[in-house]
Amino acid sequence: MTVPLLKVDNLRIALAGDGATYNAVENVSFEIGRGEAFGLVGESGCGKSITALAVMGLLRRPLSLGGGRIALDGEEIQDASPAEMRRLRGKRIAMIFQEPMTALNPLSPVGKQIAEMFVLHEGMGWNEAMDRAEEALRQVRVPSPERRIKDYPHQLSGGMRQRVMIAIALACGPDLLVADEPTTALDVTVQAEIIDLMAELCAAKGTAILMISHDLGLVANMCKRVAVMYAGRIVESQAAEAIFATPSHPYTRGLVDSLPRLGERSKRGRQRLREISGVVPSIAAYPAGCRFNPRCPSVTDVCREMVPEATPLPAEGLVRCHHHG
Amino acid sequence: MSIAIKRPRLRLKGGTSLWIGGGLVATAIMAAVLAPWIALTDPVMDANLMNAEIPPGLEYPFGTDAQGRDIYSRIVYGARISLSVGIISQICNSLIGVTLGLTAGYWGGWWDDLVSGLTNLMLAIPSLVFALAIMAILGPGLVSLVIALGLTSWSYSCRIARAQVLSLKSQGYVQAARILGYGDLRIMFTQILPNILGPLIVIATLGMGGAILSEAALSFLGLGIRPPFPSWGSMLSEARDQITTAPWLSVFPGLAIFFTVLGLNLLGDGLRDILDPQSTTRRA
Amino acid sequence: MAEPLLSLDDLAVHFKIGNMLGGGIKTLKAVDGVTLDVKPGECLGLVGESGCGKSTLALAIMGLLPPTRGTIGVDGQEISGNKAPDRMKMARTVQMVFQDPYASLNPRQTVRRTLADPLRLHGVTDKAEVEARVADMMARVGLRPEQADRYPHEFSGGQRQRIGIARALILKPKLVLCDEPVSALDVSIRAQIINLLLELKDELGLSYIMISHDLGVVEHVSDRVAVMYLGRIVEQGGWQEIFENPRHPYTRALIAAIPDPFHRAAISAKAKARGEIASALNPPPGCHFHPRCPLKADICVSQDPVLAAVAEGHRAACHFRDRVS
Repeated sequence: MTVPLLKVDNLRIALAGDGATYNAVENVSFEIGRGEAFGLVGESGCGKSITALAVMGLLRRPLSLGGGRIALDGEEIQDASPAEMRRLRGKRIAMIFQEPMTALNPLSPVGKQIAEMFVLHEGMGWNEAMDRAEEALRQVRVPSPERRIKDYPHQLSGGMRQRVMIAIALACGPDLLVADEPTTALDVTVQAEIIDLMAELCAAKGTAILMISHDLGLVANMCKRVAVMYAGRIVESQAAEAIFATPSHPYTRGLVDSLPRLGERSKRGRQRLREISGVVPSIAAYPAGCRFNPRCPSVTDVCREMVPEATPLPAEGLVRCHHHG
Repeated sequence: MSIAIKRPRLRLKGGTSLWIGGGLVATAIMAAVLAPWIALTDPVMDANLMNAEIPPGLEYPFGTDAQGRDIYSRIVYGARISLSVGIISQICNSLIGVTLGLTAGYWGGWWDDLVSGLTNLMLAIPSLVFALAIMAILGPGLVSLVIALGLTSWSYSCRIARAQVLSLKSQGYVQAARILGYGDLRIMFTQILPNILGPLIVIATLGMGGAILSEAALSFLGLGIRPPFPSWGSMLSEARDQITTAPWLSVFPGLAIFFTVLGLNLLGDGLRDILDPQSTTRRA
Repeated sequence: MAEPLLSLDDLAVHFKIGNMLGGGIKTLKAVDGVTLDVKPGECLGLVGESGCGKSTLALAIMGLLPPTRGTIGVDGQEISGNKAPDRMKMARTVQMVFQDPYASLNPRQTVRRTLADPLRLHGVTDKAEVEARVADMMARVGLRPEQADRYPHEFSGGQRQRIGIARALILKPKLVLCDEPVSALDVSIRAQIINLLLELKDELGLSYIMISHDLGVVEHVSDRVAVMYLGRIVEQGGWQEIFENPRHPYTRALIAAIPDPFHRAAISAKAKARGEIASALNPPPGCHFHPRCPLKADICVSQDPVLAAVAEGHRAACHFRDRVS
């Protein structure tokens, strides 16, 4: 059996609050193969973004790694020193964020920021690095890159900035690209382009993607496999097609059913949307047992007491629900 | 994604300056209020040249001045004048500043230009010099002191109020109020003012300390409270000549000013920590 | 045919940007010649991306921005550049639900005050009547009576949006403008709010203008749809016409940009828009969409397309409106 590119095993992330420590994420395990696109979906507060930060070694107080293993290419990195992590970031793991303006240096031209990656990680001279930066901008389809290379981030539109971020992230041909809500701040037509671009470039370079998003449709469209998180735990993971066709966890089913989908109304007429009742619990008040139980339509006593175990699904997936099958 | 960590509203550990400052200010206010009961002698009438310039001791804890009056009693009574000047003039400043800042920020346009220009003008003239000029016209005395100080340092409140209004003006709830038909004044007073009160109180507290210092400075220059009535500034002024022979004459009023102003500044800092909207997590 | 509740006639809202010293004054044509109407009981979906002018249009309809050109007719009252609206009368006719449920409620007012103050302002002086109407409205939007004396920070995002809806409806308006009412909410909460809005519409006989970039939501709730691009309406018509037979390439691009996990292969790359949205300060000549359009021809650069009928009640502003893709 081949070693997966990224293996997250039983990850726990602790959040230190007022006099108490909470588990913001627990029992999270997943694997990403080389060149594979993997999606992590959930609502705000479910722990998807901090899982990404943990993979990047970027957890900061009040968050800390509470336990579990993170292995890149079979090599465990959860205890790596900050210096080692810095070497890994950029060269082997790269990240893009929701709001590129906060991740770009506002005082430096974008070309220089891309070139810096080559200088830092590949020991190139500045002249050569600037040529490569121009090439990188061309690859992310920024029009007239020879002029844009001198622009500062504020001179670019949101979509262009995100292209620059992608150019920086992919500059050194990393093995894994972590994309945290990369298109949430963008317009829909621009989003479609950026997603295509990311998928295409990563496929060409053999880069694996860990895509974090609240948009199940977007993730399922781009990724081969998808894991759904709820309140700090993975509740279901499946192949992307299957998650829409046969959602197995009541939460996933609720998500798939609750959103109005294009074309539904002309086929079936306007039907009342299926609601998920209740609200997302706060981290200080996670319910016992299955954390979805107060909102679940098929809740029974066992759901309120026991944490459900992972049940394998037919086609390489798993679900954590007492009532599955 | 962010994680909400509820911060308790009052926490002793984080609010040390609040409690020390509050204690100092409370002490000064108690002294002023309780002056007739805690003073040992009458601050003005009980002059007795036989007792002149007695160093601090058991009978006169802070010593006596050149006319034989008890310094301690004069400081306790002086607190009444210094604090009331500080508080009343700062209330004037806050009222002027908040009214101008609120309306300028909300209405904008030529009114905003005018107010902003005036604010910058006020900031460019040292307020003490301006107050001096007003005092020179009105003549010395308590009322003119309050007027002079109450008209000259509103620019800070005004700037803060205007900046806060500008950031709140586009908030949904202010727009919603306009859509519901609220008048401008109603919006300013019910929707905006309650939400910018925090920083304004902080500025007012700090401004009170400034006003007490200005009172001391003006009285020291002979333009404030006239002898024989005690204010801390006028006491310092009178003690000027004896600073080498009878240092207690200047040390104790000086300490009173120092601790009160320090207390007000600490209180202001402490209030900022608990009232500043940025310091409390609002959003999950 | 019923008299329209709202009618916009060649409405334009322009802003002067910049000053005499810094490079001269430019005109931002945020809304440029919009003609629309909303009939009683109808829901008009308004679709567009950033910079298309939908927020400016909303403020103009609410009477908060004076028109530069054209008129707004609201239930018999006419607003134009030199005729300001009667704000009290407007308030009882048109109301608005805001996007961000966090910023749209006064943090220092309880729910009761938020709902009761407008009633008192509009002449409901009887204490018992105010109480009864507040209680009735809270019940309608799904809030419990004991929640009346709580402050906004004690509520979740979905509940806050319910309070926002209650505030918009307390004066019994005829038309409610919903500005992205669910896009700031957790995914699992959105269905609740959409259902609530639709129920209230039927119960109270309301008309809606639903501004959204989420086409799934727009299709679900709208009777008619208008698509805006850079200040102009590029297409409008019945919902079924717009979604099944879109005639403007921009509408097609919007639909193509929706990630649909069920029809992965069906997304035609040809329909997608290229590049970025131009700045509204400096829109392209002719058809504003031409730099991104797959159908671009010379005529698109030289000539403004008019919004002309392609079918009964369906109009599109494209030179190639009859070329069905």
